[in-house]
Amino acid sequence: MYDFDIVVVGGGPAGLAAAIEAKNNGVDRILVIERDRELGGILQQCIHNGFGLQIFKEELTGPEYAERFILELQKKEIMYKTDTMAIHVSPDKLVTIMNAAEGISHIRAKAVILAMGCRERARGAINISGTRPAGVMTAGAAQRFVNMEGYMVGKEVVIFGSGDIGLIMARRMALEGAAVKMVVERKPYSAGLTRNIVQCLEDYDIPINYTHTIVGIKGRERLEGVVISKVDSKKRPIAGTEEFVSCDTLLLSVGLIPENELSEAAGVKLDPVTGGAVVNEAMETSVEGIFACGNVLHVHDLVDYVTLESRKAGKNAARYVKGLLEGEGTIIEIRAGSGIRYVVPHFVRLENLKDELELYMRCDDIYNDKKLIVKIDGKSVKEVYKRRLMPSEMERVKLDPKEVLRKAKGSITVEIEKEVQ
Amino acid sequence: MQKKEMICIVCPLGCQLEVAEDSRAEKGYKVDGNRCKRGTEYGIKEMSDPTRVVTSTVRLKGAYLRRLPVRSDGPVPKKLVFECMKRIAEAEVQAPVRMGDVIIENILDTGINIIASKSMQPLQPLTAISP
Ligand SMILES: Cc1cc2nc3c(=O)[nH]c(=O)nc-3n(C[C@H](O)[C@H](O)[C@H](O)COP(=O)(O)OP(=O)(O)OC[C@H]3O[C@@H](n4cnc5c(N)ncnc54)[C@H](O)[C@@H]3O)c2cc1C
Ligand code: SF4
Repeated sequence: MYDFDIVVVGGGPAGLAAAIEAKNNGVDRILVIERDRELGGILQQCIHNGFGLQIFKEELTGPEYAERFILELQKKEIMYKTDTMAIHVSPDKLVTIMNAAEGISHIRAKAVILAMGCRERARGAINISGTRPAGVMTAGAAQRFVNMEGYMVGKEVVIFGSGDIGLIMARRMALEGAAVKMVVERKPYSAGLTRNIVQCLEDYDIPINYTHTIVGIKGRERLEGVVISKVDSKKRPIAGTEEFVSCDTLLLSVGLIPENELSEAAGVKLDPVTGGAVVNEAMETSVEGIFACGNVLHVHDLVDYVTLESRKAGKNAARYVKGLLEGEGTIIEIRAGSGIRYVVPHFVRLENLKDELELYMRCDDIYNDKKLIVKIDGKSVKEVYKRRLMPSEMERVKLDPKEVLRKAKGSITVEIEKEVQ
Repeated sequence: MQKKEMICIVCPLGCQLEVAEDSRAEKGYKVDGNRCKRGTEYGIKEMSDPTRVVTSTVRLKGAYLRRLPVRSDGPVPKKLVFECMKRIAEAEVQAPVRMGDVIIENILDTGINIIASKSMQPLQPLTAISP
Protein backbone atom coordinates (compact mmCIF):
# COMPACT_ATOMS: atom_id res chain seq x y z
CA MET A 1 0.00 0.00 0.00
CA TYR A 2 1.31 3.41 -1.01
CA ASP A 3 0.03 6.79 0.13
CA PHE A 4 -0.20 9.78 -2.21
CA ASP A 5 -1.93 13.13 -2.05
CA ILE A 6 -3.02 13.03 -5.67
CA VAL A 7 -3.12 10.11 -8.11
CA VAL A 8 -3.55 11.06 -11.77
CA VAL A 9 -4.88 8.25 -13.99
CA GLY A 10 -3.60 8.73 -17.56
CA GLY A 11 -0.39 10.44 -18.70
CA GLY A 12 -1.70 12.20 -21.81
CA PRO A 13 -1.77 15.99 -22.13
CA ALA A 14 -4.66 16.16 -19.64
CA GLY A 15 -2.93 14.14 -16.93
CA LEU A 16 0.41 15.91 -17.45
CA ALA A 17 -1.06 19.41 -17.21
CA ALA A 18 -3.15 18.50 -14.16
CA ALA A 19 -0.19 16.97 -12.33
CA ILE A 20 2.10 19.93 -13.05
CA GLU A 21 -0.51 22.45 -11.96
CA ALA A 22 -1.24 20.54 -8.75
CA LYS A 23 2.47 20.65 -7.96
CA ASN A 24 2.58 24.37 -8.76
CA ASN A 25 -0.17 24.79 -6.20
CA GLY A 26 1.80 23.30 -3.38
CA VAL A 27 1.03 19.59 -3.38
CA ASP A 28 4.12 17.38 -3.47
CA ARG A 29 3.07 13.78 -3.32
CA ILE A 30 1.65 13.24 -6.78
CA LEU A 31 1.74 10.05 -8.87
CA VAL A 32 0.83 9.75 -12.56
CA ILE A 33 -0.22 6.30 -13.82
CA GLU A 34 0.17 5.54 -17.55
CA ARG A 35 -0.54 2.20 -19.18
CA ASP A 36 1.52 2.93 -22.30
CA ARG A 37 5.30 2.64 -22.53
CA GLU A 38 5.72 6.38 -22.50
CA LEU A 39 3.87 9.49 -21.37
CA GLY A 40 2.15 11.80 -23.86
CA GLY A 41 -1.06 9.94 -24.72
CA ILE A 42 -2.60 10.19 -28.15
CA LEU A 43 -0.27 13.09 -29.03
CA GLN A 44 2.62 10.69 -29.60
CA GLN A 45 0.96 9.41 -32.75
CA CYS A 46 -0.26 12.82 -33.98
CA ILE A 47 2.92 13.72 -35.83
CA HIS A 48 1.27 16.54 -37.80
CA ASN A 49 1.62 20.14 -36.71
CA GLY A 50 -1.12 22.38 -35.35
CA PHE A 51 -0.82 21.91 -31.62
CA GLY A 52 -0.10 24.60 -29.07
CA LEU A 53 -1.05 27.84 -30.78
CA GLN A 54 -2.90 29.09 -27.71
CA ILE A 55 -0.53 27.81 -25.05
CA PHE A 56 2.87 28.27 -26.70
CA LYS A 57 1.98 30.70 -29.49
CA GLU A 58 3.67 28.42 -31.98
CA GLU A 59 2.63 25.47 -34.05
CA LEU A 60 4.04 22.24 -32.71
CA THR A 61 3.60 18.62 -33.65
CA GLY A 62 1.88 16.32 -31.15
CA PRO A 63 5.12 14.71 -29.88
CA GLU A 64 6.72 18.13 -29.38
CA TYR A 65 3.74 19.43 -27.44
CA ALA A 66 3.83 16.31 -25.27
CA GLU A 67 7.59 16.45 -24.74
CA ARG A 68 7.45 20.00 -23.40
CA PHE A 69 5.06 18.84 -20.69
CA ILE A 70 6.98 15.64 -20.01
CA LEU A 71 10.20 17.64 -19.50
CA GLU A 72 8.34 19.99 -17.15
CA LEU A 73 6.96 17.04 -15.19
CA GLN A 74 10.44 15.57 -14.83
CA LYS A 75 11.94 18.92 -13.86
CA LYS A 76 9.33 19.27 -11.13
CA GLU A 77 10.25 15.76 -9.96
CA ILE A 78 6.69 14.48 -10.17
CA MET A 79 6.59 10.70 -9.90
CA TYR A 80 5.10 8.60 -12.65
CA LYS A 81 4.73 4.95 -13.54
CA THR A 82 4.53 3.89 -17.17
CA ASP A 83 3.58 0.41 -18.40
CA THR A 84 1.13 0.47 -15.52
CA MET A 85 -2.61 0.14 -15.75
CA ALA A 86 -5.07 1.54 -13.23
CA ILE A 87 -7.68 -1.19 -12.92
CA HIS A 88 -9.94 0.16 -10.23
CA VAL A 89 -10.72 3.37 -8.41
CA SER A 90 -13.01 3.11 -5.41
CA PRO A 91 -15.35 5.88 -4.21
CA ASP A 92 -13.08 6.38 -1.20
CA LYS A 93 -10.13 6.89 -3.55
CA LEU A 94 -8.28 3.65 -3.25
CA VAL A 95 -6.58 3.14 -6.62
CA THR A 96 -5.63 -0.36 -7.74
CA ILE A 97 -2.81 -0.55 -10.27
CA MET A 98 -1.12 -3.39 -12.08
CA ASN A 99 2.13 -3.86 -13.96
CA ALA A 100 4.46 -6.66 -14.99
CA ALA A 101 7.18 -5.87 -12.45
CA GLU A 102 5.13 -5.42 -9.30
CA GLY A 103 1.87 -7.20 -10.00
CA ILE A 104 -1.11 -5.62 -8.32
CA SER A 105 -0.69 -2.82 -5.79
CA HIS A 106 -2.95 -0.38 -4.03
CA ILE A 107 -2.58 3.35 -3.52
CA ARG A 108 -4.51 5.40 -1.03
CA ALA A 109 -5.04 8.88 -2.46
CA LYS A 110 -6.53 12.02 -0.99
CA ALA A 111 -7.66 13.11 -4.44
CA VAL A 112 -7.85 11.35 -7.82
CA ILE A 113 -7.73 13.03 -11.22
CA LEU A 114 -9.28 10.97 -14.02
CA ALA A 115 -7.51 11.70 -17.34
CA MET A 116 -7.94 8.47 -19.31
CA GLY A 117 -8.79 10.10 -22.64
CA CYS A 118 -11.12 8.39 -25.09
CA ARG A 119 -11.18 5.54 -27.54
CA GLU A 120 -12.45 5.29 -31.08
CA ARG A 121 -15.75 3.82 -32.08
CA ALA A 122 -15.00 0.67 -34.06
CA ARG A 123 -16.87 -1.31 -36.70
CA GLY A 124 -19.07 -3.04 -34.14
CA ALA A 125 -20.47 0.28 -33.00
CA ILE A 126 -21.71 1.32 -36.44
CA ASN A 127 -23.06 -1.98 -37.77
CA ILE A 128 -21.83 -2.23 -41.35
CA SER A 129 -22.88 -5.50 -42.89
CA GLY A 130 -20.68 -7.72 -45.03
CA THR A 131 -17.69 -10.01 -44.65
CA ARG A 132 -14.89 -9.61 -42.14
CA PRO A 133 -11.74 -9.25 -44.23
CA ALA A 134 -8.42 -7.76 -43.10
CA GLY A 135 -7.99 -4.10 -43.98
CA VAL A 136 -10.83 -2.59 -41.94
CA MET A 137 -9.57 -0.60 -38.97
CA THR A 138 -10.04 2.62 -37.08
CA ALA A 139 -8.17 5.66 -38.35
CA GLY A 140 -6.38 6.00 -35.04
CA ALA A 141 -5.12 2.42 -35.17
CA ALA A 142 -3.79 3.10 -38.68
CA GLN A 143 -2.18 6.29 -37.40
CA ARG A 144 -0.33 4.37 -34.74
CA PHE A 145 0.79 1.68 -37.22
CA VAL A 146 2.06 4.20 -39.79
CA ASN A 147 3.51 6.90 -37.54
CA MET A 148 4.95 4.90 -34.67
CA GLU A 149 5.42 1.29 -35.69
CA GLY A 150 6.34 2.02 -39.31
CA TYR A 151 3.86 -0.23 -41.14
CA MET A 152 2.01 1.02 -44.20
CA VAL A 153 -1.55 -0.20 -43.82
CA GLY A 154 -2.72 -0.24 -47.45
CA LYS A 155 -2.51 1.08 -51.00
CA GLU A 156 -6.08 1.99 -51.94
CA VAL A 157 -7.94 3.70 -49.15
CA VAL A 158 -11.52 4.73 -48.40
CA ILE A 159 -12.25 6.65 -45.24
CA PHE A 160 -15.60 6.43 -43.51
CA GLY A 161 -16.47 9.44 -41.38
CA SER A 162 -14.95 12.89 -41.59
CA GLY A 163 -13.68 13.15 -38.03
CA ASP A 164 -10.31 14.83 -37.63
CA ILE A 165 -8.38 11.58 -37.32
CA GLY A 166 -9.84 10.39 -40.62
CA LEU A 167 -8.97 13.61 -42.40
CA ILE A 168 -5.46 13.64 -41.02
CA MET A 169 -4.95 10.03 -42.03
CA ALA A 170 -6.27 10.80 -45.54
CA ARG A 171 -3.40 13.24 -45.99
CA ARG A 172 -0.89 10.99 -44.29
CA MET A 173 -1.74 8.04 -46.54
CA ALA A 174 -1.66 10.26 -49.64
CA LEU A 175 1.77 11.60 -48.66
CA GLU A 176 3.00 8.05 -48.18
CA GLY A 177 1.93 7.23 -51.73
CA ALA A 178 -1.42 5.50 -51.23
CA ALA A 179 -4.38 6.29 -53.48
CA VAL A 180 -6.95 7.83 -51.16
CA LYS A 181 -10.17 7.45 -53.10
CA MET A 182 -12.67 9.31 -50.99
CA VAL A 183 -14.03 10.24 -47.61
CA VAL A 184 -17.62 9.10 -47.03
CA GLU A 185 -19.68 11.20 -44.60
CA ARG A 186 -23.30 10.59 -43.65
CA LYS A 187 -24.03 14.15 -42.66
CA PRO A 188 -24.20 17.09 -45.07
CA TYR A 189 -21.21 18.68 -43.30
CA SER A 190 -17.89 17.57 -41.90
CA ALA A 191 -17.38 16.20 -38.40
CA GLY A 192 -13.82 17.56 -38.43
CA LEU A 193 -12.23 20.98 -38.25
CA THR A 194 -12.55 23.17 -41.33
CA ARG A 195 -8.83 23.61 -41.52
CA ASN A 196 -8.41 19.86 -41.80
CA ILE A 197 -10.82 19.73 -44.75
CA VAL A 198 -8.66 22.36 -46.46
CA GLN A 199 -5.18 21.13 -45.69
CA CYS A 200 -5.86 17.40 -45.68
CA LEU A 201 -8.38 16.92 -48.50
CA GLU A 202 -8.35 19.94 -50.81
CA ASP A 203 -4.55 20.08 -50.93
CA TYR A 204 -4.47 16.48 -52.17
CA ASP A 205 -7.61 16.51 -54.34
CA ILE A 206 -9.32 13.92 -52.17
CA PRO A 207 -13.09 14.08 -52.70
CA ILE A 208 -15.54 14.02 -49.80
CA ASN A 209 -18.93 12.40 -50.42
CA TYR A 210 -21.41 14.03 -48.08
CA THR A 211 -24.80 12.39 -47.29
CA HIS A 212 -23.40 8.96 -48.18
CA THR A 213 -22.88 5.88 -46.09
CA ILE A 214 -21.25 2.49 -46.45
CA VAL A 215 -23.72 -0.36 -46.76
CA GLY A 216 -21.47 -3.27 -47.60
CA ILE A 217 -17.96 -4.61 -47.17
CA LYS A 218 -16.59 -7.02 -49.79
CA GLY A 219 -13.63 -9.39 -49.74
CA ARG A 220 -12.68 -12.67 -48.10
CA GLU A 221 -9.10 -12.57 -46.85
CA ARG A 222 -8.38 -8.94 -47.67
CA LEU A 223 -10.82 -6.12 -48.26
CA GLU A 224 -11.64 -5.76 -51.97
CA GLY A 225 -14.06 -2.90 -51.86
CA VAL A 226 -17.01 -1.22 -50.19
CA VAL A 227 -20.52 -0.43 -51.34
CA ILE A 228 -21.54 3.16 -50.75
CA SER A 229 -25.04 4.53 -50.90
CA LYS A 230 -26.72 7.91 -50.68
CA VAL A 231 -28.76 8.58 -47.54
CA ASP A 232 -31.98 10.49 -47.02
CA SER A 233 -32.48 13.26 -44.50
CA LYS A 234 -32.93 10.65 -41.75
CA LYS A 235 -29.58 9.10 -42.70
CA ARG A 236 -31.24 5.99 -44.11
CA PRO A 237 -29.66 4.49 -47.26
CA ILE A 238 -31.66 5.17 -50.43
CA ALA A 239 -32.23 1.95 -52.40
CA GLY A 240 -30.90 2.06 -55.94
CA THR A 241 -28.08 4.52 -55.23
CA GLU A 242 -25.51 1.84 -54.34
CA GLU A 243 -22.11 2.06 -55.91
CA PHE A 244 -19.09 -0.22 -55.58
CA VAL A 245 -15.74 1.39 -54.73
CA SER A 246 -12.68 -0.83 -54.87
CA CYS A 247 -10.16 -0.45 -52.04
CA ASP A 248 -7.93 -2.63 -49.88
CA THR A 249 -8.25 -0.49 -46.76
CA LEU A 250 -11.18 1.08 -44.96
CA LEU A 251 -10.40 3.52 -42.20
CA LEU A 252 -13.16 4.32 -39.73
CA SER A 253 -13.31 7.78 -38.26
CA VAL A 254 -16.76 7.69 -36.76
CA GLY A 255 -16.33 9.27 -33.40
CA LEU A 256 -14.69 8.96 -30.04
CA ILE A 257 -16.07 7.68 -26.76
CA PRO A 258 -14.71 8.87 -23.41
CA GLU A 259 -13.14 5.94 -21.62
CA ASN A 260 -15.14 5.92 -18.40
CA GLU A 261 -15.18 2.35 -17.08
CA LEU A 262 -13.02 3.36 -14.11
CA SER A 263 -15.16 6.41 -13.42
CA GLU A 264 -18.32 4.33 -13.35
CA ALA A 265 -16.78 1.82 -10.97
CA ALA A 266 -15.89 4.74 -8.71
CA GLY A 267 -19.54 5.77 -8.64
CA VAL A 268 -19.03 8.89 -10.76
CA LYS A 269 -22.23 10.14 -12.37
CA LEU A 270 -21.99 10.45 -16.17
CA ASP A 271 -23.69 12.87 -18.57
CA PRO A 272 -25.43 10.85 -21.31
CA VAL A 273 -24.71 13.61 -23.86
CA THR A 274 -20.96 13.98 -23.39
CA GLY A 275 -20.35 10.40 -22.23
CA GLY A 276 -18.12 11.94 -19.56
CA ALA A 277 -18.56 12.85 -15.92
CA VAL A 278 -20.90 15.49 -14.59
CA VAL A 279 -18.60 18.10 -13.03
CA ASN A 280 -18.72 21.35 -11.11
CA GLU A 281 -16.63 24.52 -11.52
CA ALA A 282 -13.65 22.75 -9.93
CA MET A 283 -13.81 19.90 -12.48
CA GLU A 284 -14.82 17.72 -9.56
CA THR A 285 -17.19 14.83 -10.29
CA SER A 286 -20.19 13.71 -8.27
CA VAL A 287 -17.74 11.85 -6.00
CA GLU A 288 -15.98 14.22 -3.65
CA GLY A 289 -12.25 14.46 -4.32
CA ILE A 290 -12.42 12.75 -7.72
CA PHE A 291 -11.76 15.14 -10.59
CA ALA A 292 -11.92 14.66 -14.38
CA CYS A 293 -10.39 16.51 -17.32
CA GLY A 294 -9.49 16.18 -21.00
CA ASN A 295 -11.09 13.76 -23.43
CA VAL A 296 -12.40 11.51 -20.67
CA LEU A 297 -14.65 14.40 -19.63
CA HIS A 298 -15.78 15.45 -23.11
CA VAL A 299 -14.16 15.02 -26.50
CA HIS A 300 -11.90 17.94 -27.40
CA ASP A 301 -10.61 18.90 -30.82
CA LEU A 302 -7.91 21.26 -29.56
CA VAL A 303 -5.27 20.08 -27.19
CA ASP A 304 -4.78 23.64 -25.92
CA TYR A 305 -8.24 23.56 -24.37
CA VAL A 306 -7.41 20.16 -22.86
CA THR A 307 -4.42 21.76 -21.17
CA LEU A 308 -6.38 24.75 -19.88
CA GLU A 309 -9.18 22.60 -18.51
CA SER A 310 -6.76 20.14 -16.94
CA ARG A 311 -4.79 22.87 -15.20
CA LYS A 312 -8.04 23.84 -13.56
CA ALA A 313 -8.59 20.26 -12.41
CA GLY A 314 -5.03 20.10 -11.05
CA LYS A 315 -5.31 23.38 -9.21
CA ASN A 316 -8.61 22.43 -7.62
CA ALA A 317 -7.42 18.97 -6.67
CA ALA A 318 -4.58 20.74 -4.83
CA ARG A 319 -7.10 23.03 -3.14
CA TYR A 320 -9.13 20.00 -2.16
CA VAL A 321 -6.12 18.24 -0.63
CA LYS A 322 -5.35 21.37 1.37
CA GLY A 323 -8.96 21.64 2.54
CA LEU A 324 -9.57 24.87 0.65
CA LEU A 325 -12.42 23.69 -1.53
CA GLU A 326 -15.91 24.38 -0.19
CA GLY A 327 -18.24 21.43 -0.46
CA GLU A 328 -21.35 23.27 0.66
CA GLY A 329 -23.05 26.46 -0.39
CA THR A 330 -25.13 27.83 -3.23
CA ILE A 331 -25.19 25.59 -6.27
CA ILE A 332 -26.06 27.08 -9.64
CA GLU A 333 -26.96 24.77 -12.48
CA ILE A 334 -25.52 25.39 -15.94
CA ARG A 335 -27.88 24.42 -18.73
CA ALA A 336 -27.63 23.92 -22.47
CA GLY A 337 -30.35 26.07 -24.04
CA SER A 338 -31.68 25.95 -27.57
CA GLY A 339 -29.06 25.16 -30.21
CA ILE A 340 -26.53 23.96 -27.64
CA ARG A 341 -25.83 20.26 -27.19
CA TYR A 342 -23.98 20.44 -23.91
CA VAL A 343 -22.06 22.76 -21.60
CA VAL A 344 -19.20 21.78 -19.30
CA PRO A 345 -19.07 22.29 -16.33
CA HIS A 346 -22.58 21.32 -15.29
CA PHE A 347 -22.70 23.13 -11.92
CA VAL A 348 -20.99 25.99 -10.18
CA ARG A 349 -20.70 26.33 -6.43
CA LEU A 350 -20.64 30.06 -5.90
CA GLU A 351 -18.47 29.85 -2.77
CA ASN A 352 -15.63 28.42 -4.86
CA LEU A 353 -15.81 30.84 -7.72
CA LYS A 354 -12.47 32.64 -7.47
CA ASP A 355 -11.30 32.84 -11.08
CA GLU A 356 -13.15 33.41 -14.31
CA LEU A 357 -15.91 30.92 -14.99
CA GLU A 358 -15.02 29.23 -18.28
CA LEU A 359 -17.76 27.37 -20.09
CA TYR A 360 -16.99 24.87 -22.85
CA MET A 361 -19.78 23.90 -25.20
CA ARG A 362 -20.79 22.41 -28.53
CA CYS A 363 -23.74 23.39 -30.68
CA ASP A 364 -26.15 20.93 -32.30
CA ASP A 365 -26.04 22.10 -35.92
CA ILE A 366 -24.33 24.62 -38.21
CA TYR A 367 -25.30 28.24 -37.58
CA ASN A 368 -24.11 31.32 -39.46
CA ASP A 369 -24.03 34.89 -38.17
CA LYS A 370 -25.55 34.13 -34.81
CA LYS A 371 -25.06 35.32 -31.30
CA LEU A 372 -24.14 32.98 -28.50
CA ILE A 373 -26.13 34.20 -25.50
CA VAL A 374 -25.38 33.53 -21.84
CA LYS A 375 -28.29 34.13 -19.49
CA ILE A 376 -28.23 34.22 -15.73
CA ASP A 377 -31.65 33.42 -14.31
CA GLY A 378 -33.21 34.23 -17.64
CA LYS A 379 -31.47 37.59 -18.15
CA SER A 380 -28.87 37.95 -20.86
CA VAL A 381 -25.45 38.85 -19.41
CA LYS A 382 -23.19 38.15 -22.34
CA GLU A 383 -23.64 37.95 -26.08
CA VAL A 384 -20.88 36.89 -28.42
CA TYR A 385 -21.27 37.28 -32.15
CA LYS A 386 -20.17 34.23 -34.18
CA ARG A 387 -19.68 34.18 -37.92
CA ARG A 388 -20.01 30.44 -37.87
CA LEU A 389 -20.89 27.86 -35.23
CA MET A 390 -20.25 24.20 -35.98
CA PRO A 391 -20.80 21.01 -33.97
CA SER A 392 -17.23 19.99 -34.77
CA GLU A 393 -15.71 23.09 -33.20
CA MET A 394 -15.91 23.58 -29.46
CA GLU A 395 -16.77 27.05 -28.23
CA ARG A 396 -15.50 28.66 -25.08
CA VAL A 397 -17.11 31.53 -23.18
CA LYS A 398 -15.65 33.24 -20.14
CA LEU A 399 -17.76 34.87 -17.47
CA ASP A 400 -16.67 37.45 -14.95
CA PRO A 401 -16.92 35.80 -11.52
CA LYS A 402 -18.09 39.05 -9.91
CA GLU A 403 -21.02 39.24 -12.26
CA VAL A 404 -21.98 35.61 -11.65
CA LEU A 405 -21.70 36.05 -7.88
CA ARG A 406 -23.78 39.20 -7.90
CA LYS A 407 -26.57 37.92 -10.09
CA ALA A 408 -26.88 34.16 -10.04
CA LYS A 409 -29.57 32.57 -7.90
CA GLY A 410 -30.81 29.55 -9.83
CA SER A 411 -29.24 28.82 -13.18
CA ILE A 412 -27.00 29.88 -16.04
CA THR A 413 -28.12 29.02 -19.56
CA VAL A 414 -26.22 29.21 -22.83
CA GLU A 415 -28.19 29.36 -26.05
CA ILE A 416 -27.95 30.37 -29.65
CA GLU A 417 -29.96 33.39 -30.69
CA LYS A 418 -33.21 32.41 -32.39
CA GLU A 419 -34.21 33.55 -35.88
CA VAL A 420 -35.37 37.13 -35.84
CA GLN A 421 -38.67 37.54 -37.62
CA MET B 1 -9.08 41.65 -61.01
CA GLN B 2 -8.21 38.35 -59.40
CA LYS B 3 -10.20 37.39 -56.34
CA LYS B 4 -10.31 34.21 -54.32
CA GLU B 5 -12.17 32.88 -51.31
CA MET B 6 -10.23 30.62 -49.00
CA ILE B 7 -10.12 29.39 -45.45
CA CYS B 8 -7.18 30.51 -43.37
CA ILE B 9 -5.46 27.42 -42.00
CA VAL B 10 -2.79 29.13 -39.94
CA CYS B 11 -4.71 28.35 -36.76
CA PRO B 12 -7.74 26.18 -35.96
CA LEU B 13 -10.17 29.11 -36.00
CA GLY B 14 -10.29 28.76 -39.80
CA CYS B 15 -11.41 32.28 -40.78
CA GLN B 16 -13.13 32.66 -44.14
CA LEU B 17 -10.86 34.96 -46.14
CA GLU B 18 -11.44 36.88 -49.29
CA VAL B 19 -8.23 37.80 -51.07
CA ALA B 20 -8.34 40.26 -53.93
CA GLU B 21 -5.69 41.88 -56.07
CA ASP B 22 -5.36 45.51 -55.14
CA SER B 23 -2.62 47.65 -56.60
CA ARG B 24 -3.04 50.22 -53.83
CA ALA B 25 -2.35 47.66 -51.08
CA GLU B 26 1.21 47.40 -49.82
CA LYS B 27 1.79 43.87 -51.05
CA GLY B 28 -0.56 43.99 -54.01
CA TYR B 29 -3.41 42.13 -52.33
CA LYS B 30 -6.22 43.04 -50.00
CA VAL B 31 -7.43 40.46 -47.45
CA ASP B 32 -10.83 40.47 -45.69
CA GLY B 33 -12.45 38.20 -43.13
CA ASN B 34 -9.34 37.50 -41.05
CA ARG B 35 -9.43 37.77 -37.29
CA CYS B 36 -5.70 38.42 -36.92
CA LYS B 37 -2.64 39.66 -38.80
CA ARG B 38 -1.44 36.18 -39.66
CA GLY B 39 -4.55 35.77 -41.81
CA THR B 40 -3.44 38.67 -44.02
CA GLU B 41 -0.02 37.12 -44.47
CA TYR B 42 -1.50 33.72 -45.21
CA GLY B 43 -3.99 35.05 -47.77
CA ILE B 44 -1.29 36.90 -49.67
CA LYS B 45 1.05 33.93 -49.52
CA GLU B 46 -1.60 31.46 -50.74
CA MET B 47 -2.13 33.68 -53.77
CA SER B 48 1.49 34.39 -54.59
CA ASP B 49 3.59 31.52 -53.22
CA PRO B 50 1.76 28.75 -51.27
CA THR B 51 3.84 26.84 -48.71
CA ARG B 52 3.32 24.02 -46.20
CA VAL B 53 5.09 22.63 -43.17
CA VAL B 54 5.99 19.01 -43.92
CA THR B 55 5.58 16.38 -41.20
CA SER B 56 6.49 12.74 -41.59
CA THR B 57 8.64 10.02 -40.05
CA VAL B 58 12.09 8.58 -40.75
CA ARG B 59 13.47 5.13 -40.10
CA LEU B 60 14.90 4.80 -36.61
CA LYS B 61 17.45 2.26 -35.40
CA GLY B 62 18.28 1.25 -31.85
CA ALA B 63 15.12 2.51 -30.14
CA TYR B 64 11.97 0.71 -29.08
CA LEU B 65 10.01 2.30 -31.93
CA ARG B 66 10.94 1.97 -35.60
CA ARG B 67 9.93 5.46 -36.67
CA LEU B 68 11.02 8.90 -35.55
CA PRO B 69 8.57 11.76 -36.18
CA VAL B 70 10.11 14.70 -38.03
CA ARG B 71 9.01 18.06 -39.41
CA SER B 72 10.36 20.89 -41.49
CA ASP B 73 11.53 23.77 -39.29
CA GLY B 74 9.70 26.18 -41.59
CA PRO B 75 7.29 26.11 -44.51
CA VAL B 76 8.46 24.71 -47.86
CA PRO B 77 6.91 25.55 -51.24
CA LYS B 78 3.77 23.48 -51.72
CA LYS B 79 4.99 22.12 -55.05
CA LEU B 80 8.07 20.62 -53.35
CA VAL B 81 6.15 18.68 -50.68
CA PHE B 82 6.23 15.32 -52.49
CA GLU B 83 9.91 15.76 -53.40
CA CYS B 84 10.63 16.42 -49.71
CA MET B 85 8.72 13.26 -48.76
CA LYS B 86 11.02 11.26 -51.06
CA ARG B 87 14.16 12.63 -49.38
CA ILE B 88 12.67 12.02 -45.94
CA ALA B 89 11.85 8.42 -46.91
CA GLU B 90 15.55 7.84 -47.66
CA ALA B 91 16.79 9.05 -44.29
CA GLU B 92 17.63 6.80 -41.37
CA VAL B 93 18.76 7.76 -37.88
CA GLN B 94 20.25 6.01 -34.91
CA ALA B 95 19.02 6.57 -31.33
CA PRO B 96 19.64 8.53 -29.16
CA VAL B 97 17.99 11.54 -30.79
CA ARG B 98 16.97 14.80 -29.16
CA MET B 99 13.91 16.82 -30.10
CA GLY B 100 15.07 19.57 -32.49
CA ASP B 101 18.13 17.67 -33.83
CA VAL B 102 18.65 18.35 -37.53
CA ILE B 103 17.96 15.18 -39.51
CA ILE B 104 18.29 16.60 -43.05
CA GLU B 105 20.03 19.92 -43.55
CA ASN B 106 18.80 22.42 -46.12
CA ILE B 107 16.38 20.07 -47.84
CA LEU B 108 16.21 20.59 -51.63
CA ASP B 109 18.15 23.84 -51.19
CA THR B 110 15.16 25.52 -49.62
CA GLY B 111 17.15 26.73 -46.62
CA ILE B 112 14.77 24.66 -44.47
CA ASN B 113 15.93 21.78 -42.26
CA ILE B 114 14.09 18.59 -41.37
CA ILE B 115 14.25 18.23 -37.57
CA ALA B 116 13.28 15.58 -35.03
CA SER B 117 9.87 16.14 -33.37
CA LYS B 118 10.72 13.85 -30.49
CA SER B 119 13.58 12.64 -28.32
CA MET B 120 14.30 8.93 -28.44
CA GLN B 121 16.40 7.05 -25.93
CA PRO B 122 18.51 4.12 -27.09
CA LEU B 123 17.21 0.68 -26.13
CA GLN B 124 18.58 -0.44 -22.79
CA PRO B 125 20.62 -3.60 -23.26
CA LEU B 126 18.82 -6.42 -21.50
CA THR B 127 20.49 -7.25 -18.23
CA ALA B 128 20.99 -10.94 -17.76
CA ILE B 129 18.82 -12.41 -15.05
CA SER B 130 21.06 -14.13 -12.49
CA PRO B 131 20.21 -17.77 -11.87
C1 LIG C 1 -5.82 11.84 -34.46
C2 LIG C 1 -5.99 13.07 -33.62
C3 LIG C 1 -5.62 14.28 -34.15
C4 LIG C 1 -5.69 15.44 -33.39
N1 LIG C 1 -5.27 16.62 -33.95
C5 LIG C 1 -5.22 17.74 -33.19
C6 LIG C 1 -4.66 18.97 -33.73
O1 LIG C 1 -4.26 19.05 -34.89
N2 LIG C 1 -4.56 20.04 -32.91
C7 LIG C 1 -4.99 19.97 -31.62
O2 LIG C 1 -4.85 20.97 -30.91
N3 LIG C 1 -5.55 18.84 -31.10
C8 LIG C 1 -5.67 17.71 -31.84
N4 LIG C 1 -6.21 16.54 -31.31
C9 LIG C 1 -6.82 16.54 -29.97
C10 LIG C 1 -5.90 16.26 -28.80
O3 LIG C 1 -4.78 15.52 -29.19
C11 LIG C 1 -6.65 15.46 -27.75
O4 LIG C 1 -7.78 16.18 -27.44
C12 LIG C 1 -5.79 15.22 -26.50
O5 LIG C 1 -4.72 14.37 -26.80
C13 LIG C 1 -6.60 14.63 -25.36
O6 LIG C 1 -5.78 14.48 -24.23
P1 LIG C 1 -6.11 13.49 -23.03
O7 LIG C 1 -4.93 13.55 -22.12
O8 LIG C 1 -7.44 13.80 -22.50
O9 LIG C 1 -6.23 12.05 -23.68
P2 LIG C 1 -5.11 11.05 -24.31
O10 LIG C 1 -4.11 11.81 -25.10
O11 LIG C 1 -5.90 10.01 -24.99
O12 LIG C 1 -4.39 10.47 -23.03
C14 LIG C 1 -5.00 9.54 -22.14
C15 LIG C 1 -3.94 8.65 -21.56
O13 LIG C 1 -4.48 7.87 -20.51
C16 LIG C 1 -3.94 6.57 -20.58
N5 LIG C 1 -4.89 5.66 -19.89
C17 LIG C 1 -6.20 5.45 -20.20
N6 LIG C 1 -6.74 4.59 -19.34
C18 LIG C 1 -5.77 4.23 -18.46
C19 LIG C 1 -5.73 3.36 -17.33
N7 LIG C 1 -6.80 2.68 -16.94
N8 LIG C 1 -4.56 3.24 -16.66
C20 LIG C 1 -3.46 3.95 -17.06
N9 LIG C 1 -3.44 4.78 -18.11
C21 LIG C 1 -4.59 4.93 -18.81
C22 LIG C 1 -3.81 6.31 -22.06
O14 LIG C 1 -2.86 5.32 -22.33
C23 LIG C 1 -3.37 7.68 -22.57
O15 LIG C 1 -1.97 7.81 -22.60
C24 LIG C 1 -6.18 15.36 -32.06
C25 LIG C 1 -6.58 14.13 -31.54
C26 LIG C 1 -6.50 12.99 -32.29
C27 LIG C 1 -6.95 11.68 -31.69
S1 SF4 D 1 -6.93 34.88 -39.57
FE1 SF4 D 1 -5.84 34.62 -37.66
S2 SF4 D 1 -7.43 33.91 -36.27
FE2 SF4 D 1 -8.26 33.59 -38.32
S3 SF4 D 1 -7.68 31.47 -38.85
FE3 SF4 D 1 -6.08 32.82 -39.61
S4 SF4 D 1 -4.54 32.82 -38.00
FE4 SF4 D 1 -6.44 32.06 -37.08
